[in-house]
Amino acid sequence: MQRARTLGLVLAGALAAAASAAWAAGDGDIVRIDGSSTVYPITEAVAEEFQIKYRGKYRVTVGISGTGGGFRKFCRGDIDINDASRPIRGPEREACAAAGIRYLELPVAMDALTVVVNPQNDWVDCLTVEDLRRIWEPAAQGRITRWNQVRPDWPDRPLNLYAPGVDSGTYDYFTEAVMGEAGASRGDYTASEDDNVLVQGVASDPNALGFFGLAYYVENRDRLKAVKIRNPRTGACVEPSVETARAGDYAPLARPLFIYVNPERLDTKPAVAAFVDTYLDAELVVGLVQEVGYVPLPEEGYALAQAKVKARRTGTAFHEEGAGIGLSIEELLRAETVD
Amino acid sequence: MHPSPDPLPRIRAARRRDLLFATAALVVLFIASLVLFGLILDLVVRGAPHLDADFFTNYPSRRPSRAGILPAWVGTTLVMLVVAVLAIPLGVGAGIYLEEYARRNWLNDVIEINITNLAGVPSIIYGLLALGLFVHGVGLGESILTAGLTLALLILPIIVVATREALRALPREMREGAFALGADRWQTVALFLLPAARPGILTGIIVGLSRAIGETAPVITIGALTFIAFLPPPPITAEFPWISFDWLWSPFTVLPIQMFNWTSRPQPAFHELAAAAGVVLLVMTLAMNALAIYVRYRARRLLG
Repeated sequence: MQRARTLGLVLAGALAAAASAAWAAGDGDIVRIDGSSTVYPITEAVAEEFQIKYRGKYRVTVGISGTGGGFRKFCRGDIDINDASRPIRGPEREACAAAGIRYLELPVAMDALTVVVNPQNDWVDCLTVEDLRRIWEPAAQGRITRWNQVRPDWPDRPLNLYAPGVDSGTYDYFTEAVMGEAGASRGDYTASEDDNVLVQGVASDPNALGFFGLAYYVENRDRLKAVKIRNPRTGACVEPSVETARAGDYAPLARPLFIYVNPERLDTKPAVAAFVDTYLDAELVVGLVQEVGYVPLPEEGYALAQAKVKARRTGTAFHEEGAGIGLSIEELLRAETVD
Repeated sequence: MHPSPDPLPRIRAARRRDLLFATAALVVLFIASLVLFGLILDLVVRGAPHLDADFFTNYPSRRPSRAGILPAWVGTTLVMLVVAVLAIPLGVGAGIYLEEYARRNWLNDVIEINITNLAGVPSIIYGLLALGLFVHGVGLGESILTAGLTLALLILPIIVVATREALRALPREMREGAFALGADRWQTVALFLLPAARPGILTGIIVGLSRAIGETAPVITIGALTFIAFLPPPPITAEFPWISFDWLWSPFTVLPIQMFNWTSRPQPAFHELAAAAGVVLLVMTLAMNALAIYVRYRARRLLG
């Protein structure tokens, strides 16, 4: 008897639950964001400030499905904004187009990909893009395994490589900038999706060379040595830092980080409009971006992005092979875009 | 083969081997516990300074000093509640059916083999299944209910197998005695077999729930969030009918995801927060198990 009553209670509960399902549908005051875990710390910081500013009025949720996973949700209309550590790709553009979903491509910050060696390494000070290509190109696999094979005046010591895994945007951008083709590199290196593991690897191996985002170097300055990169335009060796990346001197390894915004939601959901406003408010965001270890856009960047939002200039500047790569942030924001 | 005239040397040799094996086993046990205690100690030492009231009542933040685990521990608690409510009755029920009611035929053999194999399927597979079935197919969205259903599926085989093992271990005489007294099958199961098998079943439930509480991969796959600065709607409301199930449809995060996110950050202060969250997760798991062990202890005493 008592069992039957318990069962009845459970059933009644399930019914009540089903009835309230309709409640969740009306969510005009919630901003749904997903995407890259690299961009996540910036979005988290902005969301935190946003929720303080609009306490109780608007709400924000942020996921970390990765840039690709985020675009899948974005192009289905599940989310309002996608955090992206690389520009949208061909198949993703087609998916969005097929679903009739347009997008505003907004750079919000930069990251300086930092090439690091062990502090005991006293022979490397500055590397050229050609050096990096010789070390990382697919043809180097199994062949370039000692430092003196890169430059003859370097010591005859093993060359041990550390880098993010092939699924990361960091790896994508590095290969694109160095090899000219995203995803083209040798495969015989120590890969990890966790940059802290790479830090550990390079810090404990005198023959190591690796790369990852600037913040992981800044937090571990005492255990790592950053290598300068020769800027191909000016010929000067430039140290990775917030200042050099922001000024555009640290090229070509400074990469933009984006948010992709669904313009329809800007018009229909006041929460999304208010959130994008907050995200592009230079006075607030420059500080936030630096606090979480990234490089803010140059002065003009946020104003240009605001103008882009206002004009609803949708589409991507990276619409064909090579388009958009190597442009400064200002050039990128002024560049012609294609849906 | 003749037995050696004097058995004593052989007995001594056997004793020495026994002693050697016992020593080796002790050393292995010692090493295993040392590693475990080392890990826990490291976690506690690094995490303890952060375990203050603010840590439990604050939302995530970019500033480590302000960051807390409020949505994470609330999310973990609610998800585990759904998991327990779904997986325990279903798993125990399926176990009883397969062990006591099902006839031996090829269909039941297939079911049995599949359930045993399901217990070994990697959790991410369940996440992918749930993404297709619950999130998009049934349209439950990225909710606490979806997470609860997914993790319940994940631990269902563990509970089913444990229930069957526990029932199988009971002596035949118990069933025959009950039947002889005129009990039907249901009375036999409900009044005699289940109470006697409870300790074994509870062990299975503990193992299952402990696995579910620490899972990250399937929960990320179905779209659990990382930043969420509000709580699900409360289950008790001021208006009739006073109980609300809206929280089942709420977006959420869980402790393992929050920890995962913090450990991948560059700032060491976040790594310490992850350790602190790890301590909380450990305590929650232990508390859940302590409850089950207490119930098991009561069950044993009642039987004894």
